[in-house]
Amino acid sequence: MKQVYAVPKALQPRATHYCPGCTHGIAHKLVAETIDELGVRDRTIGVAPVGCAVFAYDYFDCDFQQAAHGRAPAVATGIKRVVPDAVVFTYQGDGDLASIGAAEIVHAAMRGERITVIFINNAIYGMTGGQMAPTTLLGQKTTTSPAGREPGHAGSPIRIAEMLATIPGAAYVARVSLSSPANVARAKKAIRKAFDTQLSGAGFSLVECLSTCPTNWGMAPVEAMDWLESNMIPYYPLGEFRTPEGGVSNG
Amino acid sequence: MAERKLFKGNEAVAEAAVRAGCRFFFGYPITPQNEIPEYMSRRLPEVGGVFLQAESEVAAINMVYGAAGAGGRVMTSSSSPGISLKQEGISYIAGAELPCLIVNMVRGGPGLGGIQPAQSDYFQAVKGGGHGDYHCIVFAPASVQEMVDLTIQAFDVAERYRMPVMILGDGILGQMMEPVAFPDPVPVDAALADWATAGARDGRAPRLINSIYLRPDELFRHNLKLQARFDEAKIAEVRHEAINTDDADIVLVAYGTTSRVCRSAMDRARAAGIRVGLVRPITVSPFPYQAIADVARTARAFLTVEMSLGQMVEDVKLAVCGAAPVHFYGTTGGVVPTSSAIADEVRKIAMAEVGK
Repeated sequence: MKQVYAVPKALQPRATHYCPGCTHGIAHKLVAETIDELGVRDRTIGVAPVGCAVFAYDYFDCDFQQAAHGRAPAVATGIKRVVPDAVVFTYQGDGDLASIGAAEIVHAAMRGERITVIFINNAIYGMTGGQMAPTTLLGQKTTTSPAGREPGHAGSPIRIAEMLATIPGAAYVARVSLSSPANVARAKKAIRKAFDTQLSGAGFSLVECLSTCPTNWGMAPVEAMDWLESNMIPYYPLGEFRTPEGGVSNG
Repeated sequence: MAERKLFKGNEAVAEAAVRAGCRFFFGYPITPQNEIPEYMSRRLPEVGGVFLQAESEVAAINMVYGAAGAGGRVMTSSSSPGISLKQEGISYIAGAELPCLIVNMVRGGPGLGGIQPAQSDYFQAVKGGGHGDYHCIVFAPASVQEMVDLTIQAFDVAERYRMPVMILGDGILGQMMEPVAFPDPVPVDAALADWATAGARDGRAPRLINSIYLRPDELFRHNLKLQARFDEAKIAEVRHEAINTDDADIVLVAYGTTSRVCRSAMDRARAAGIRVGLVRPITVSPFPYQAIADVARTARAFLTVEMSLGQMVEDVKLAVCGAAPVHFYGTTGGVVPTSSAIADEVRKIAMAEVGK
């Protein structure tokens, strides 16, 4: 019988604490598969954020450091400068990366820090219970924007991938979606390319993964996937915004 | 020991760190400590190390966290407002049991304050600074040579107790020049610590650098472990200097720059026939409570002198524990006390407490 699927070696074979329908599991799997493919598990150091993925180290089977809220790119910088041959990745949500850690991510990109950032954008704070994120869509209701995000009061959602793509040190910047098998396959390619970018020494790499949060969105998992595709993708277009070759492909 | 050279305090700290095997420096400019990052930016590449100017003190201390967690000998330096920004990271470093050196060339505060020397970060340095139950080991050098000596020791001490060590200097110590002798560079053990996360190579199990313990009983045990290490440091690392305390009626207590002024004041008072001694804490955390308690058995009165409005004096009172009156004289905002002003205070206390 042909084996068509196995748990990646870079993942520990255990159940996660993530909610049903949450896309963190998909993102973890794609990162772990990439580490397996590259054969770098024994020199990979992950950096966990503050947020739902704070316990990512419980699932990945590699060295890990847990960082203060938003500081993962700075922690990763410290690791990479001490162990230049290590493969260092951060795994950060939108509150962590786009709000409190905005300075750290911009400057890690500016320095062309040879790290890979997996950026989970689900347009909401998950672990704290569904507050407004910088990436919350206009009109989206959260526990701190109960009438819906209003631009005159809370500004408009920030497009991280496009912003970071303006920075010369950012060698690879892409946005993918974890909302369908086809999109997941594209996400896998982007994550592989991001790690390849780090290994080649070309510079900073980031993959923004549009993700769902059924619990805090108040939706069933399938409904959440539909909501992502019909609401998030129009505002957050998918594609590569910067590649080491200089090419850009949207859509 | 090599020949003595004239060195500025900040540069002496930097050179001492390099000789102690420090190979990683992450910092952000702030007066009056800029000579440290500037020196490191020249010097570290010469020895195969890395200097990196971070985007902020917050980022710098988190780079220190990552580097220390990966097994690097690492330091940062700053001055008061910047040290406030680093407190988040210092708390995480303490929680994650990581060794590193943090240098604070203290300036006047609060807020942006001034750029002249002060000792008003004492509470922040010795009582925690950041959130949570933890302590740093804090050295308080009083000369450029002592800054060299303590910097050399700081990394070993940090690694022995797996906690951050701070050098609590001030703007004068950082900026003044004195002759110093540097020890020869120490060979650094190339073997990684058995907790460092530099990749799970050669089949070892993955490791984790972490400060989160959601279960109260786990965090309780973790904090007790940190406290037990600090208790060991209280036994093995407390350092102080006692001068003329055997026959002293009045004992001055001061650290760092202020202790030097106190020595002059002590000499003036002794010349005037008042028996004055000096206790100079060299570690302000752990604090030399016992040394001061011992002196309190014979001293008639204490005078704590600080470039603050009264911070270390609280620890002196804890140490003296009512055995003698504890007086305070302080200057603040970047003003350095004069030896004549301190000698005047001593005379007043002598009149009141000693009767002469």
